[in-house]
Amino acid sequence: MEKIKQENIRNFSIIAHIDHGKSTLADRLIEKTGMLTSREMQEQVLDNMELERERGITIKLKAVRLVYKAKDGNEYILNLIDTPGHVDFTYEVSRSLAACEGAILVVDSTQGIEAQTLANVYLALDEDLEIVPVINKIDLPSARPDEVKKEIEDIIGIDCENAPLISAKDGLNIEDVLEAIVKYVPAPKGDPKAPLKALIFDSYYDSYKGVVCYVRIFEGTLKPGMEIKIMSTGKTYEVQEVGINTSKHVSVDKLEAGDVGYVTASIKNVKDARVGDTITDKNNPTKEALPGYKKVVPMVYCGIYPAEGEDFNSVREALEKLQVNDASLVFEPETSAALGFGFRCGFLGLLHMEIVQERLEREFDLNIVTTAPSVIYRVTKTTGEVLEIQNPSNLPPATEIASMQEPIVTANIMTPSDYVGAIMELCQNKRGKFLNMEYLEEKRVVLHYEMPLNEVIYDFFDALKSKTRGYASLDYELKGYEESELVKLDILINGELVDAFSLIVHKDKAYERGRSIAERLKDVIPRHQFAIPIQAAIGSKIIARETIRALRKDVLAKCYGGDITRKKKLLEKQKEGKKRMRQIGSVEVPQEAFLTVLKYDENK
Amino acid sequence: MKEISIYIHIPFCIRKCYYCDFTSFSNLNEKIPLYMNSLKTELELYREKLLAYSIKTIFIGGGTPSAIEGRYIYDLLVHLYKNFNLSKDMEITIEVNPGTIDKEKAKIYKEAGINRVSIGVQTFNNRLLKSIGRIHEVEQIYESYKLLRKEKIENINMDLIFGLPNQTLEDVLFSIEEAIRLGVEHISHYSLILEEGTQFYNLNKKGKLNLPDEDEERLMYHKATEYLVEKGYSHYEISNYALPGFECRHNLVYWDLLPYLGIGLGSHSYMENKRFFNTSNILDYIEKLGSKLLPIEGEEIINKSTEIEEYCILGLRKIKGIDKNEFKKRFNVEIEDIYGDVINKHIKNGLIIDDGRSIMLTKKGLDLSNLVEVDFLK
Repeated sequence: MEKIKQENIRNFSIIAHIDHGKSTLADRLIEKTGMLTSREMQEQVLDNMELERERGITIKLKAVRLVYKAKDGNEYILNLIDTPGHVDFTYEVSRSLAACEGAILVVDSTQGIEAQTLANVYLALDEDLEIVPVINKIDLPSARPDEVKKEIEDIIGIDCENAPLISAKDGLNIEDVLEAIVKYVPAPKGDPKAPLKALIFDSYYDSYKGVVCYVRIFEGTLKPGMEIKIMSTGKTYEVQEVGINTSKHVSVDKLEAGDVGYVTASIKNVKDARVGDTITDKNNPTKEALPGYKKVVPMVYCGIYPAEGEDFNSVREALEKLQVNDASLVFEPETSAALGFGFRCGFLGLLHMEIVQERLEREFDLNIVTTAPSVIYRVTKTTGEVLEIQNPSNLPPATEIASMQEPIVTANIMTPSDYVGAIMELCQNKRGKFLNMEYLEEKRVVLHYEMPLNEVIYDFFDALKSKTRGYASLDYELKGYEESELVKLDILINGELVDAFSLIVHKDKAYERGRSIAERLKDVIPRHQFAIPIQAAIGSKIIARETIRALRKDVLAKCYGGDITRKKKLLEKQKEGKKRMRQIGSVEVPQEAFLTVLKYDENK
Repeated sequence: MKEISIYIHIPFCIRKCYYCDFTSFSNLNEKIPLYMNSLKTELELYREKLLAYSIKTIFIGGGTPSAIEGRYIYDLLVHLYKNFNLSKDMEITIEVNPGTIDKEKAKIYKEAGINRVSIGVQTFNNRLLKSIGRIHEVEQIYESYKLLRKEKIENINMDLIFGLPNQTLEDVLFSIEEAIRLGVEHISHYSLILEEGTQFYNLNKKGKLNLPDEDEERLMYHKATEYLVEKGYSHYEISNYALPGFECRHNLVYWDLLPYLGIGLGSHSYMENKRFFNTSNILDYIEKLGSKLLPIEGEEIINKSTEIEEYCILGLRKIKGIDKNEFKKRFNVEIEDIYGDVINKHIKNGLIIDDGRSIMLTKKGLDLSNLVEVDFLK
């Protein structure tokens, strides 16, 4: 393939809120550039994990190389670098943005800009990216492109006069987007002869090639056979293959400054080629790594246990397989008195946690039980020793604790102004500290709060969505640790403490939380032959109690005219239900109980 | 010769009751002649298979078999007698509802060889009868009963129902008392089931049914049982009671997992290691048989392990339970070898007992039989 000059390369990302049409636009761009025929197009080429498609979000980022013949008669290479679209993946977003010179900002002309989008725009501005606004969904009757343009101008301060008005769904004005990319996104710079500096913006494990790193070359040249060094670890490897992504991997003889492509070098684990790291030439290393690398640390932890009859080892194998592609997932074995052998797993956030759980269940067909999510608490013991506690069961007795700290986040909530009251009430309920409120325009505001992360991971997001009919959006980042009066809340079922339900909560919330959990457990645990007391306790003090009444009747009075099938169906349904139970003492607890008790209660 | 039972479904009713989810119609009277003909055709289609058996019981159920003219029943039965092998001492039952039977019908039933009648009484309380959508009044129960006795029907069952909205324990016991006072040989005492799609189901969902609570409902069941047993009726199945020798042989066929052929709309059959059932769409049913095709909608092969499951689940419905020797005879394996754990678990729970000869539900087990039965599913 003939090498195209650096000045004809454009590296860009698409920034959009969930549902604002990023994937659809990506599809159209790929179609328009003629790299793929329409028949080859899988709907939404970039989101290729089943789960992503269903949730309409992009979890792992990818890059694709488009060839576009512009109206000026030149052929351009457009490298589209996809970014994940959720608050849990801010760091990964920032690294893929760092690989670009520009970003298309897609805004739904019926919705306007959202908090997460804005957060990502700020990330892009931090990386000095050129922002190309695009107004989408103009085919809808409720589209209000002029207002939305003005909103973007007011909020972000970028000129929207020439913003393409498109409908990605209908393929309307897609060419305008391509032209805008060529025109406004700067060409990459960098010297192909300088020492190698390549940014890893994504990596995944391939069972044939080892880890495949997606890279952006900033300086120098990357070739097969070359010895490379990963700068954060200092480990060296020999390059096996370099290439570019069209609809598939195509190997090339070299990647040069400005290029986006992939490299394989028999790297065994994604942990050794983390996102944000810099690859350089072992024999002619660059002096300085690219800025911005950090090792992402989990913020949310939970226990994952094999369900009744499921094998511990298959859960471990599945987690290992997931981890190969997900450097931010951590896990270690732990045991629970209630649930037996399992794993304590760490995640970037709640969404990440849910995604992992679902993948375990769907892709690995495992039955798992998940315990309540927890954050990391810092505990200073009376002896002066400081502990980091991710599992409430490991909290030392209250008498040995001098003080405790919990993680605090700054949260930005963007909302139509109608819901400000409801949100303030909610945040206050979640121990939020109001910082300030900004009007973005007449009817839209952003609220800034400081809030304990353990409140955010509880049911905050669901509550926010529910109270604002889905209109509010949330973005948060860790601010630091603050001292807090925390207690361990235990749940006893039939007199037995079930460690998997234990939670660390603020002391002012303990009573309410305990009562709410007891009530919910009462609803989700089926009635048994005997009455089952459910108690919430702090230490030895019972703070709430519910009783599940004994089941008095479970009998089918009649088998109609020999219709045994019907009776069996009924029993089989009952049997199916039992399979999803976890035996705790003599009580059968449904797996969902471990999570549903934490879900937002609409009626509260 | 092997024996078999026949179930015949008559889907017509004067009106649908609020708790009923059987296949039945109250507005399709013009289809009756065609339907009755279709039944004969269906029997014809089974002729070859049926000739390998002799028929030991026939049960004509509904719907309301007594809602149609008596001659249809007569014709159908005579057709059966003429064409198939019959066992000695056949039990031939028809379900009737008070208010749909008169002297002529009773007579023609008797002439047709019917020797057992099951009356859909439900309750001897007019207020309750009305509130559940029955068309008859208490007076007609007595009349129907008298008519049948006059025609020398010597085995009469009454279907009673308890756990109805606004029904009290006194109501329940009064109905039982009345049935006993009249001298019926058999009583089926069913707990109300709220089946999806019925009026009652929908009302209950809206919270508009004043049902007795579980404790009250179980009290009704056990008090009724005590009373019936005291009066000489043996409690032989979860919901059935009979004077000695009057247990319903047809229903025992179901519970003993013996073969039966169901003909008619939505009927179920079990024979030759298969369960199968007919369509519930009357037009389909008539059309299929019009072209001499079996109106079967689905079937399930019953392999040995399924047969064992079903044998236990159904066997436990009988008060005397599962006879261990018979189990061994039928399946060539000890029941403990398959279900030892389950049996022990529920003995511990107090839901079943093992008296050495049989495995049976305890009194508490009768209330919670599903909990036991579900564990017999593999």
